[in-house]
Amino acid sequence: MLPGGVPEALDMLASDGAAIPMAGGTDLLVHWPVHVEAHERTYVDLSRLDPLKPLRWTADELLLGGLTTYWDVIRDARAGEEFPLLVDAARQVGAIQIQARGTWAGNIVNASPAADGVPVLMAYDAVVVLESRRGREEVPLDRFYSGYKQMQRRPDQLVVGIRIPRRRYAYQVFEKIGARRAQAIAKVGLAVTRSGAGWRVVAASVAPTIRRCPAVERLLETGAAPEGPDDLLPTIAQDVAPIDDIRSSAHYRTRVMARVLYHDLRDFWGQRA
Amino acid sequence: MEISLTLNGSPVSLTINPGDRLLDTLRYQLALTGTKEGCGEGECGACTVYLDGLPVNSCLIPTYQVRGHRVETVESLDPGALEPFERCGATQCGACTPGVVMTAWWIRQHPELLGTHSIRELMAGNLCRCTGYDGIVDSVAEALRGTGGKRET
Repeated sequence: MLPGGVPEALDMLASDGAAIPMAGGTDLLVHWPVHVEAHERTYVDLSRLDPLKPLRWTADELLLGGLTTYWDVIRDARAGEEFPLLVDAARQVGAIQIQARGTWAGNIVNASPAADGVPVLMAYDAVVVLESRRGREEVPLDRFYSGYKQMQRRPDQLVVGIRIPRRRYAYQVFEKIGARRAQAIAKVGLAVTRSGAGWRVVAASVAPTIRRCPAVERLLETGAAPEGPDDLLPTIAQDVAPIDDIRSSAHYRTRVMARVLYHDLRDFWGQRA
Repeated sequence: MEISLTLNGSPVSLTINPGDRLLDTLRYQLALTGTKEGCGEGECGACTVYLDGLPVNSCLIPTYQVRGHRVETVESLDPGALEPFERCGATQCGACTPGVVMTAWWIRQHPELLGTHSIRELMAGNLCRCTGYDGIVDSVAEALRGTGGKRET
């Protein structure tokens, strides 16, 4: 289905509960010729919904559109200054060919536990803006996922935007551990921020969904410094549930997360020690 | 369905199926076989074309999405675009070369990107199994220094 505008797209999603919104296609078209069953599905093409494309700055937030791409953010100088983790993560998604097409909203609803865009959005307290014929709904990203590929989006809802509050960050880092620097899916991803709202620690590829790590966040709030990376393992174990799969083992993921976290926060803990 | 687009600078209208990928439309319907299929999953970059001036993987684009847009394929480049690659030993079997040259020539059209990105990062979406990457990176650097390449229309 080829809607010419957002209201028409919402009508289509409301009338066909199985229809799938199609943005850049970078997930949906992977190995398309052999996914015969996918050819039977109905897709709602979002490519003509121009109002969803630009990102916008207001006095207190950055608003990504439902079709804003990674490249749009990479090329926005202010995003690099104010939300550097968005740019760091975007530059590690595939390469230019994917960055030019892939959208932040698509990354959210694809709901991969190994997503690159979602951890940094979550670490910045992003809010998902959903719209349907029944109205508008906003869901904080850290409450958006309820299980593997399960999320707070009804089939008639479209992600029309992502709101990111503008804050002063005293600390922010994004780490992606993959098999190689480009074109790799994360074995472990980690986004950490500290603002007036507190610490945010978000982990990827170590649970069925991208998730915040409340036990690690609490540890950071206390300022108590670990002696070494292994001291972090019991705390991390409260927050994550990694699996063995084609890309890595659960044991490796947990140990790498501890080491990366320790390495990144050494200076912070060093000052407190 | 009927669609129209601007392909390599000329208006084109054609009938497509909703399930067609841009890669297949280019190769099998329009006989523009310079664009290659490698992995079919957006990883290797052999199928790189420009969509509204940005390099994209044509294996991941439903053809209906380019209606009304501007698409350029490797056929839009001057054969001289290959010259730095031949000189630097950056070609062997040739499967990746059309995509490599497309991304390289995009960088050449946007040298300002080198203020924030390295050639290696910008070329990371084009995999080559033959040559190693040093020759490719050298060729891009040389293309950036040189002139010509883009066909004047």
